[in-house]
Amino acid sequence: MADIPKIELRGVSKSFGAKAVLRDVSFAVAPGEAFTIIGGSGSGKSVTLKCILGLMEADAGKIFVDGEEITAMKPAERDRVRAKFGMLFQGGALFDSLSVWRNVTFALTQGRLKGGGELRKIAEENLERVGLGAEVLDLRPSELSGGMQKRVALARAIAHRPEIVFFDEPTTGLDPIRADIINKLIVELVRDLGITAVAITHDMQSVEKISDRVAMLYDGAIVWTGPTADLRHSGNSHVDQFVEGRSDGPAE
Amino acid sequence: MGEAGAINTVISLFAAIGRPVISAFATIGRIALFALTTIRRALTPPYYPIRLLEQLLSIGWYSLPVVALTAAFTGMALAQQIYTGGMRFNAQSTVPAIVVIGMVRELGPVLTGLMVAGRVSSAMAAEIGTMRVTEQIDAMVTLRTDPYRYLIAPRLFASIIALPLLVCVANVIGIFGGYLLSVYKLGFNPAGYLEMTANILESDDIVMSLVKAAVFGFFIALMGCYAGVRTAGGAAGVGRATTDAVVWAFVLILLSNLILTVAAFG
Repeated sequence: MADIPKIELRGVSKSFGAKAVLRDVSFAVAPGEAFTIIGGSGSGKSVTLKCILGLMEADAGKIFVDGEEITAMKPAERDRVRAKFGMLFQGGALFDSLSVWRNVTFALTQGRLKGGGELRKIAEENLERVGLGAEVLDLRPSELSGGMQKRVALARAIAHRPEIVFFDEPTTGLDPIRADIINKLIVELVRDLGITAVAITHDMQSVEKISDRVAMLYDGAIVWTGPTADLRHSGNSHVDQFVEGRSDGPAE
Repeated sequence: MGEAGAINTVISLFAAIGRPVISAFATIGRIALFALTTIRRALTPPYYPIRLLEQLLSIGWYSLPVVALTAAFTGMALAQQIYTGGMRFNAQSTVPAIVVIGMVRELGPVLTGLMVAGRVSSAMAAEIGTMRVTEQIDAMVTLRTDPYRYLIAPRLFASIIALPLLVCVANVIGIFGGYLLSVYKLGFNPAGYLEMTANILESDDIVMSLVKAAVFGFFIALMGCYAGVRTAGGAAGVGRATTDAVVWAFVLILLSNLILTVAAFG
């Protein structure tokens, strides 16, 4: 049983009109592993996550979660599998019409306004986990700073105790210190909650801090996969160019 | 021009006609599918009664002032026009009859529909469109909540319920506006005016007025939500969605009004 990957993609392709965004993408993520996909803007990183989450349909290929093929599932079954996922969106994507604590507990009630006291306690616990106190519970997302919004979004993504959490550019838009706080939080959450993590980012510091293994997407295809430790001597010119942040190289 | 050139010209002519026609049908199909999906999902739990009440308040209650003003001004102007126009062939006495028929059958529902579409379709498109471009709708799905049930259905049903209520108010205020102008400016006898109004009005008129209102309510929310959900491309996209929602709601209201009028009274 231990051999079954938590998530596996086999030959996944996706196009928008004539533009191929993903070409024959295959990879597997082991349970409890922290996996990062790197790549430039428009390389297909976000689309990969959205296909796994079922927010988009892949044109071809198969996607497995815990050995179950989700690409062949009916909507109701897919809902069941989706409960295993949490996602931290790039801009936080907090619901601005709801208070912080309603945001954090949204998945637990599926958006219904019920279960006051008990849910507030759950919200408080999850906020504590990301380093926020009870004073933010009743604030609106717009009253928080960017870094705090990201933490609330992180608390929301883990509140229903998902087995897998996706992080979409977790440090984008934050100053280096706050970015480091978020990186540390991610590492802690993965360790303490036994989460399988998949992150997409172009922040090299973040990659090296949070991930066990890395894949590089270039122009919709995976050009390199390996342990994070090998990133700086991968022998792949695309990876070298990306890691060193050079404008000259195979990618223009 | 050679034969091949002529054939190409004909083909490109057909293409120029065909492309927009096909895309129009595709759009109509997508909107119909969107409406069907919303209705089908809304029939099974979870339900969101508080969201429905919120929308009823924002569509119904907060539209009252603008609807009341529109109806009062139009009722008065209508009375004056019929009086002046009727004088040419001594038909001034038809003012109460034409005001009541004009308001209840046409102007009450249509003007209410247009005013509410201006307020509500645009607001829905902007709110849902912003949620789309900031990934709040994607986030909702990952939080195991169906946007059709949570966002769209409450708006659609609230709008279908609120519009007939608003149209009732608009009809009464419009008729009363015509009455005030007729009695105080044109010198009609108050009791006679009201008696004629009551005699002319039939229950079919009222039923048709409310049917129109419900249909307009459906289109107002449908176009607002559809444009919102399909928003792409940041702030500019939200702007486009808002405009599209209002324009399409207007067109659909006026078109469905024509169809319903011809079907019921033609």
